[in-house]
Amino acid sequence: MAYLDVSDVTLTFKGIAALMGVSFTVEQGTIASLIGPNGAGKTSMLNCISGRYIPDGGASGPCNISLDGECLLSLPAHKRTELGLSRTFQNIALFKGLSVLDNLMVGRHSQMEYGLLSSIFYWGKAVKHEDKHRRRVEDVIDFLNLSPYRHQHAGRLPYGVQKRVELGRALAAEPKLILLDEPMAGMNLEETEDMARYILDIAEEWGVTVLLVEHDMGVVMDISDKVVVIDFGQKIAEGTPDEVQANKDVIAAYLGTEEETYTRR
Amino acid sequence: MQGKCGLFFTSYQGEAQIFQSGFQKLMVGLFILALIALPAILNVHLTSIMNTIFITVIGAVALNLLTGVCGQISLGHGAFIGVGAYAAGQCTLHGVPFPLAILVAGLITAMVGMVFGIPSLRLKGIYLAIATLAAQLVLEYVFLHGGAMTGGSNGLLLEAPQILGFTFDTEWRMYYLLFFFAAAALLMVTNIMRSKYGRAFISIRDYYLSAEIVGVNLFWYKLVAFGVSSFLAGVAGGLAAHYTGYISAEQFNIGMSISYLAMIIIGGLGSVIGSVFGAIFIVLLPEVLNIISNGLGSYFPDIVQSIVALKEGVFGLVLILFLIFEPEGLAHRWRLIKAYWKLYPFAH
Repeated sequence: MAYLDVSDVTLTFKGIAALMGVSFTVEQGTIASLIGPNGAGKTSMLNCISGRYIPDGGASGPCNISLDGECLLSLPAHKRTELGLSRTFQNIALFKGLSVLDNLMVGRHSQMEYGLLSSIFYWGKAVKHEDKHRRRVEDVIDFLNLSPYRHQHAGRLPYGVQKRVELGRALAAEPKLILLDEPMAGMNLEETEDMARYILDIAEEWGVTVLLVEHDMGVVMDISDKVVVIDFGQKIAEGTPDEVQANKDVIAAYLGTEEETYTRR
Repeated sequence: MQGKCGLFFTSYQGEAQIFQSGFQKLMVGLFILALIALPAILNVHLTSIMNTIFITVIGAVALNLLTGVCGQISLGHGAFIGVGAYAAGQCTLHGVPFPLAILVAGLITAMVGMVFGIPSLRLKGIYLAIATLAAQLVLEYVFLHGGAMTGGSNGLLLEAPQILGFTFDTEWRMYYLLFFFAAAALLMVTNIMRSKYGRAFISIRDYYLSAEIVGVNLFWYKLVAFGVSSFLAGVAGGLAAHYTGYISAEQFNIGMSISYLAMIIIGGLGSVIGSVFGAIFIVLLPEVLNIISNGLGSYFPDIVQSIVALKEGVFGLVLILFLIFEPEGLAHRWRLIKAYWKLYPFAH
């Protein structure tokens, strides 16, 4: 059984179908990419997996989205981190008022087990856990080369660094599956290459399964083990980068075909 | 906060301390000693102002935790303080020892606050303000028509607080009691802010969508914010009631809620030290305006009336000027001053 199993996911907003019966699988430890033209439903798909949207049917009936055999749909979004799910956002969604360090510490929120009283007195468990989790967060800071920014407010950092901090926050939770929504958007070549290297390392060194949404085709085709193509809410292709590049439907979706250009919709 | 040059830590716990450098600890220690010694040189009036500041600091830091840190605006803070006042008053009237009465008042207010915090799951910003305004109006009605529970429009008369047979019946004695509670409240909020609860509150304020993704249960943490904030408001109310010895329904009106909001805006949203500055500012402002208008009045007896009327206007003007010129509050100014002296006499 596949690690992430998405089967027949349909998402409609009052008659507008964002996703129609999309199915795909991601194997453990691999990098899978989700691509498609603008508005195809890629981010909607990530939102369904992470819990922002609930696909039609919800938790009733057969499970549409499962992670490592466990059904995700019966859990609210904030519980899904505990199963090892983590994500970044297309637009930077950092906590601007917190330092980089604290942003990453929030990433470990669900692993910190101490109560309000311990927190009020900052005594016992709270001190011990803060210390323990700080150590793990420092590993992520080292990995992403964020140490110069550790104590700076996240909102004041350059764009490329903010993107890295967001990746760090997702990594700090020690996820098993990480969803990356356009991590390279708006980056220059150097930053893009750095980010691609980080993603490869996440999969290889940390053993994290990656589901990537990205428009930079060079990156997608280079680093993905598998590519899933969505167009107008429907999956049109799934396979290795080479297979997908040769697929007629994919070429049509990206470049259009002469006779269908004006009639598709 | 980034430490100053030459300050290194060998443990993460060292870095997590509230006061990091030896100099800072020395200054804070001296400041506390000075506050302990202060009543010796203050007259009754000045001591009463200090006492009012202590109580107001507790109320302000409570609202700042909810509105400044967690981003949940509340227009019912005055009423929550009122709930604490009545709860503590009823407790001591029924023979509950004073410290326990304050604790119970805090817990009851926390529960009331959490009930009125439930709409925060669905409502944000201005809509939540209206929902909490409803709490203010409902509670005001209860205060006025609560029968024996609140004493209705007659209010409640309380005796001076007693701890282990020691009666806090003078301004100077109250000073130390209130000083202790204010310091404890500040320490409590500071601790919350440097632990996972504070970070979760800020994450809800800054980007609730990603807060949910990292595993923060939005509803629960908003309720906790309402609960802790109302707990402290209840403590402030209980202390205020026993300090003045009299509770009346009209004290805890919408004006009180708004002046607490003004405090945290002037002081600095989301900052503990800012709550202190804001509380001091709002308590002192009418006093200073009084002194000025009295002084002017003796020179220009003809316009005393209009000067008194002007005071209200000046209050509003100060608020607006703060919003324009110091939107991040006095806490920001404080940081700038500290940064300046850190490097003095060098520019960089």
